[in-house]
Amino acid sequence: MTALLEVKDLRVAYGKIEAVKGISFTVNQGEVTTLIGTNGAGKTTTLRTLSGLLKPTGGTVTFDGQPLGTVPAHKIVSLGLAHSPEGRHIFPRMTIEENLLLGAFLRKDTAGIAEDVERAYTLFPILGERRKQAAGTLSGGEQQMLAMGRALMSRPKLLMLDEPSMGLSPLMMQKIMATIVELKAAGTTILLVEQNAQAALSLSDQGYVMETGRIVLTGTGRDLLGNDSVRKAYLGED
Amino acid sequence: MHELPQQLANGLILGALYGLVAIGYTMVYGIVQLINFAHGEIFMVGGFGALTAFLALPGGTSLWIAIPLMLLAGILVSTLVAVGAERFAYRPLRGAPRLAPLITAIGLSIVLQQLVFSFYPDAKKARVFPKIPGDPFELAGITIQRSDIFLIIAAPLCMMILGWFVAKTRSGRAMQATSQDPDTAKLMGIDTDRIIVMAFAIGAAFAAVAAVAYGLRTGQVDSRMGILLGLKAFTAAVLGGIGNIYGAMLGGLALGLTEGLATGYIQHVPGMDLFGGAAWKDVWAFVLLIVVLLVRPQGLLGERVADRA
Repeated sequence: MTALLEVKDLRVAYGKIEAVKGISFTVNQGEVTTLIGTNGAGKTTTLRTLSGLLKPTGGTVTFDGQPLGTVPAHKIVSLGLAHSPEGRHIFPRMTIEENLLLGAFLRKDTAGIAEDVERAYTLFPILGERRKQAAGTLSGGEQQMLAMGRALMSRPKLLMLDEPSMGLSPLMMQKIMATIVELKAAGTTILLVEQNAQAALSLSDQGYVMETGRIVLTGTGRDLLGNDSVRKAYLGED
Repeated sequence: MHELPQQLANGLILGALYGLVAIGYTMVYGIVQLINFAHGEIFMVGGFGALTAFLALPGGTSLWIAIPLMLLAGILVSTLVAVGAERFAYRPLRGAPRLAPLITAIGLSIVLQQLVFSFYPDAKKARVFPKIPGDPFELAGITIQRSDIFLIIAAPLCMMILGWFVAKTRSGRAMQATSQDPDTAKLMGIDTDRIIVMAFAIGAAFAAVAAVAYGLRTGQVDSRMGILLGLKAFTAAVLGGIGNIYGAMLGGLALGLTEGLATGYIQHVPGMDLFGGAAWKDVWAFVLLIVVLLVRPQGLLGERVADRA
C-alpha cells in the first residue's frame, strides 16, 4: 500500500478560532478513505485546505510525493487532486456540458476530453439527456452527479467528495453510493467526507472519525461500523 | 412630431456612449462584487491619453491616422491605470469589509483627477479635442454629426467582440465561471486573480473607446468629464441589471433614449412645460432609474440573486 496523500499535524484556523487542531491521516492508492463526524467537526475545512482554498496554519500535506504547502488553489487540480465541494457548487447559468468541460479546463487533449464527457454521460445517463440544459435547473441529486462528473473530468489521481449524499432522497443517495463503488472498482482513489456514516463506512477501506477538529478514532470501515461508540454517536443506536 | 426619428437617433447615440462605460462597472461588479467608483476617472484618463497622442502628432496629420493612434494611446493609459488600481488599491482589500474598497474607489477618483493636473495643469478647463470635420450628413431624414460616426461603428463592434469573447473563448468561459462561483472556479484550475485583472482591463479599454467618442463628439476633454458620465454609466449598469454585459448596453441605450425623448417632448405634455428641455434631462434619467428599481429591483436583464456579502 502506498500512501497517495499524507497529512501530518494539519492545523487550520478562521481568525483566532482553530477549526482543525492538528490532524494526521493517510489516503492509500486505490482505496476509499472516509472522514466522518458531525457538523463542525472540521471535515469540510480539511478538504478545502487540501485543495488550497484555505491556508493551513500548521502541519504538512504531501500529495503524490510533493508537498502542497504553498501551492495556490488553481494549481492543485493540475497535480491530480480534484474536489467536488460540499453543496455541489455547479455553475448554475452554464449548461451541463459546459460544466463538465470546465472540469477539464487545464487539459489540452481535445479528443481525450470528448471521450471523458461521453464517459460521464455513460456513468450518469440523465446528464447526457440534458446536456444543453442550464445546470441550475437540475434537481439536487442530478447536480451532485454533475459535480462528481465534473471533478472526474480532470482525470484525477485523487477524487475528494464532500458530502455527496447531503440533502438527497434515499434512492438518489443509493445511486451516488453505488457510483462511488463503481469508481473505486475502476481504480479511482477517493477521499470521502460524509455525515451519513453507515453508507460511507460500509464502502470504505479506511475511516477516520473527527470531533471538533481532532481525529478521535481510526480503523477500517468495517471496524468502525462495529465500534460501539461510533454506533452510538453516528448510527443512532443505544 | 416629425422630429421623433431624430430624437431617437440622438438618444441611441448618447446611450451607446453610456453603455460602453457601463460595461466597465458591470464586468468588475460581476466578478468581484465591487462598484469601482473610480471608473469615471478611468474613462477620463483615457481621453487625456488620446489627447496626448494627438498633441504628439505633427499638425495636419490625417484623422484616418490620428484617430487609431489616439484610440490606442487612450486604451493603453486607461488599461494601465485600471490594472494598477486593481493591483495596488483593490487587491490588498479583497476580503475586507465592503465599505473599505468603496471608500478606496472614491479616494482613487480624487487622486486620478488631481494626477491629470501634473500633465495638464489647465485640465479643469476644457482642452480642445479634434472633431471629424465636415457638415453633418442626412440619412433617411436624420441628421448625424460626422464625429458620431466613430461611436456608431465602435459601439456595436465592441459589443460583438465582447459577446464573442465571453461566450466562445477559453478565457471568456473562465470569466463566466469566476463570476458565478469564484472558489469553485479555482478548483477547476482557473487563476481567478488573472480573470479579475482581465475584467478591469476590458472595462478600461471600453471606457477609453468611449472617451475618444466623447472627445470627438464634444470637441473637448477635461479633468471632470468622468464625474457625471461615470454616474450616468453606473446608472445604466444598474438599470440593465448589474453584472450582465448586455444589460449594461441595454441600460445605456434606455437611459440615452429617455434623455433624448425627455429633452424633445416633455415640454409639450400639458402642465409639464417647466420640466422639459436639456436642463431637465438628467432628472428624467434618474427618474427612469427610480421607476425601474421600484418595479424590477434586479434591473432589466438582471437575475434575482442573494447578496453574497
